[in-house]
Amino acid sequence: MAGNTEPLSPRSRLAVTAGKAAAAVSRAAGRGSGSVIGGKVALKLDPDLLQRLAQHLDVVLVSATNGKTTTTRLIAEALRANGEVVSNALGANMPAGITSALAGGSSARYGVIEVDEKYLSGVAKDVTPKAIALLNLSRDQLDRAAETRMLAERWREGLSGQKAVIVANADDPLVVWAASSSPNVVWVAAGQEWKDDAWSCPACGGVMQRPGDDWFCAECGFRRPKPTWALSGDHVLDPHGSAWPIHLQLPGRANKANAATSAAVAAAFGVPPQVALERMYAVKAVAGRYDVVQYQGRDMRLLLAKNPAGWLETFSLIDPPPTPVILSVNARGADGTDTSWLWDVDYGRLAGHPICVIGDRKLDLAVRLEVAGVDFQVCQDPADAVRRCPPGRIETIANYTAFQDLRRAVGN
Amino acid sequence: MSDTSLRLVWVYPDLLSTYGDQGNALVVERRARQRGLDVQRLDVRSDQPIPTSGDIYLIGGGEDRPQRLAAERLLRDGGLTRAVDNGAIVFAVCAGYQIMGHEFVNDLGERSAGLGLLDVISTRGEAERCVGDVLGDADEQLRLPQLTGFENHQGVTHLGPGVRPLGRVRLGHGNGTGDGTEGAWRDTVFGTYLHGPVLARNPHIADLLIKLSLDVNALPPTDDTWYEALRQERIAAATQPA
Repeated sequence: MAGNTEPLSPRSRLAVTAGKAAAAVSRAAGRGSGSVIGGKVALKLDPDLLQRLAQHLDVVLVSATNGKTTTTRLIAEALRANGEVVSNALGANMPAGITSALAGGSSARYGVIEVDEKYLSGVAKDVTPKAIALLNLSRDQLDRAAETRMLAERWREGLSGQKAVIVANADDPLVVWAASSSPNVVWVAAGQEWKDDAWSCPACGGVMQRPGDDWFCAECGFRRPKPTWALSGDHVLDPHGSAWPIHLQLPGRANKANAATSAAVAAAFGVPPQVALERMYAVKAVAGRYDVVQYQGRDMRLLLAKNPAGWLETFSLIDPPPTPVILSVNARGADGTDTSWLWDVDYGRLAGHPICVIGDRKLDLAVRLEVAGVDFQVCQDPADAVRRCPPGRIETIANYTAFQDLRRAVGN
Repeated sequence: MSDTSLRLVWVYPDLLSTYGDQGNALVVERRARQRGLDVQRLDVRSDQPIPTSGDIYLIGGGEDRPQRLAAERLLRDGGLTRAVDNGAIVFAVCAGYQIMGHEFVNDLGERSAGLGLLDVISTRGEAERCVGDVLGDADEQLRLPQLTGFENHQGVTHLGPGVRPLGRVRLGHGNGTGDGTEGAWRDTVFGTYLHGPVLARNPHIADLLIKLSLDVNALPPTDDTWYEALRQERIAAATQPA
């Protein structure tokens, strides 16, 4: 395949042009990249535009609760070994944002697309993907999102009869439940630190048994499938039994898992693991995440953690005490307005770090940390927090809008 | 029980721990230890028997199917009802609150039997889901300050004559019956729709549970600076126009 060889219909071309114009107006008005409004305008003019744009691409979809933006980037880098890639790299992951991203890549061979969990089934129908990567599912924004198991159920319904190869995490029972309705699955042992959304068997409701890395339901026999790819420490194990070392610039276990999944996806398109992994090493930061910035003469690493599973993975990658840590939490619409989830996060793991808390909901954090029995300081804003941090690189962990606030504050 | 120990049982975290419910256990545990109590916390999964020797039992919120499974397993087990017969304290939230009643509507749209430890019946609301901050006044018999929390439920809970409301809402929906009541209690069994978690937002309720279990009227004071700051902020946010 060699990109968009057939031209789009006049209607689709008009829709693309109108979308780009709307995006330009939105940018000029200072309202972000304009990709979402552009996509909305274009889809209004041509409701089938997404389908048409995707027609000439080999499409990979990436969905999960956590890690989808990073994994989308890693897969895109890997596939560039074979040809041009178009991708919604900035994380606009609903149909409008996806349409807008694809409209920008008329000569591309591959479309690597991050999809919001709730939209996966619909987008998968529209774009006829060649591969779908499913990383994990866990609780996130429960005041506005569907229940976690219901999401898995919707994935399962949407993926049954799907012709794409599904590359799925064998270590997440909800993902396995969702993917196993599909005939063509490549299982990756990618790990999953967070286990608290899958103690109940998604198939029958029985209590899940989880000895070591294994899991199974003793009542109905639903169990962990045998993986053909695996993350093993700092290596990716491929189906032939070869171990490929991972030398990412991105930190943490979760990103190694994302790399393992990305390598399995790349292999499905004929990119060998060694080539795929080497291309992933170029990635330093993804949409500001993991960036180390200079602020007030200090080095700050910016880490995004949106939900309990994300915080857990983030705690395991930060530098050890006495590295200072700034925590920032908001509860605006995009974050979920209920802060109860803070109590699913084991903040006791931060004991020994000097901790400063900021954000709209710093008092929720204060009570959480007080009950966890760890010391902390409540600060006014990033500048105040940085002033109070003892020397050394600062680890900064923030949830969604708090992360955006922080990037603005430090000029990232 | 001895005067220096507290057995805290967290019921079925594998099924009913969706909205930070662990927080309620952590707050009771922390505040009991601050009063010099030796706390034994026991987290009981739904394939394990409920011990009958606990002092305080906490049950959290959850999704619709886990709620049905939890009710079935609690009824089959029988331990929680025996514990209450022995004078144990139960504090139940949201899905757990509904299970304490006579019946509730399950994920299949059918009526499921609850434990009947509270004289309440829950149905499914026809109106929009109740989501958002709640502010209320506690039942005067409980002598508690204002209630603050976050609700997220479709269920509507009707109180019978055998219970009193835990409080009355100034903002939010509470039981969802339109009469302004929120939660229910009688003797040593309490139910509420409030998350937050509710005991982090209302540490006086955690203290009430501890006092009941020790059979004392007062506890040594604790430094509640941050709890109070959070409470004032949330109460102010609830009363200010958005």
